Amino acid sequence: MNIKKQFGEGLVTNNPVLVQQIGMCATMAITTTLFNGVGMGLSVLIILTCCNVVVSAIRKIIPGEIRLAIFVVVIAGFVTIVDLLLQAYIPALSSALGVFIPLIVVNCIIIGRAEAFCQKNKVSACFFDGIFQGLGYTCVLILMCVFREFVGSGKFGGGLIDITNGLRFTLDGTGSGIQIFPSEYGAAVMNRPFGGFITLGLLMAVMQYALKKNAKKKALAERAAAEAAADKEEDE
Amino acid sequence: MLTNILAISLGAILTNNFIFSQFLGICPFLGCSSKVDTATGMGLAVVFVMGLASAICWVIDTYILIPLGLAFLETLAFILVIASLVQFVEMFLKKSVPSLYSALGIYLPLITTNCAVLGVVLLNVQNHYNFIESVVYGITGGLGFMLAIVLFASVRERIEFAEYPECFEGFSICLISAGLVALAFMGFSGMKIF
Repeated sequence: MNIKKQFGEGLVTNNPVLVQQIGMCATMAITTTLFNGVGMGLSVLIILTCCNVVVSAIRKIIPGEIRLAIFVVVIAGFVTIVDLLLQAYIPALSSALGVFIPLIVVNCIIIGRAEAFCQKNKVSACFFDGIFQGLGYTCVLILMCVFREFVGSGKFGGGLIDITNGLRFTLDGTGSGIQIFPSEYGAAVMNRPFGGFITLGLLMAVMQYALKKNAKKKALAERAAAEAAADKEEDE
Repeated sequence: MLTNILAISLGAILTNNFIFSQFLGICPFLGCSSKVDTATGMGLAVVFVMGLASAICWVIDTYILIPLGLAFLETLAFILVIASLVQFVEMFLKKSVPSLYSALGIYLPLITTNCAVLGVVLLNVQNHYNFIESVVYGITGGLGFMLAIVLFASVRERIEFAEYPECFEGFSICLISAGLVALAFMGFSGMKIF
């Protein structure tokens, strides 16, 4: 298992949200501003990487029957650590994400990776898997945030980017964002639950379209190669 | 007291429906809603576990964690309670009500990772509900989940006969139709209770 392949899998071909279709609750709930999306994505990335490493390190000593209980305890431990750190250092993010930070415990991505990947692989592979799967998750969150924020209130980067005194990044969630068109012309429904469902549905459709097109192209190329090889054999 | 409970119930079932306005429990919602029968079974199991989990976690939080100053371990304690509760309910049903057990089948263990269950317990703590309010919120939240999943299962049975572009197959078309149902549920959000 090489790093380049894992990178591609995490971000595109085996993306946790768009392809494996797990961990969707938080994805739809918190993607209203870029601040929330980036914060949630990075929190999951950190927790996922730590859990992957620990689960992989102890994979040989845990008994099979109670492995899920042990995974849950490991995950809940790391989630609590991140939750408390956020409360202490980035309280704005903690209050914006609310109950969805502790709910990372039951996020299927983390327990899914522990069960499907870390039980069979080495620590180093699991470390990179955590980072790339986390990055894939973060990318989906960012895409959804940008789309929902733009259509819903005509903004880009709410909470994270502030342009009142020149361009700068804010970590306390107070950034006004870049107003692209006046917010009263935005479709406010995109900021509501409806927008979450529709955006993720559309994103998944785009992904399936792209993957199918790619697979078709590959199949065509393979067939052409096979035909060329057959022709060559006939010639000989 | 009574009006308070009524407000919590109506809120949990309609205005703040767990699925359509709080996004809790989406995975089982999409996973188990392909048929109305299975959706009803899943809904019943969730009502039961959510009510029980709210009661037990409230007791543990109030009488064990808070007096000992261990409130920061809430998440860890709650998920363990829920996991063992689900295991216990499974064993109990298998022994005493085998018909219900076989009807629920695989959905029972899956409830452990249903974020609606952990969500309701955490929200009880966040909203400072007392014992009765917690239990009511748990049960009515479960009923709201059941209403959503049964309604959506009926919608999904119709989707099977609909024609849509190929790339929307699977979860994609489900999410979009769920979005439309959520739009309908948004109508309740204007409702003022007392």
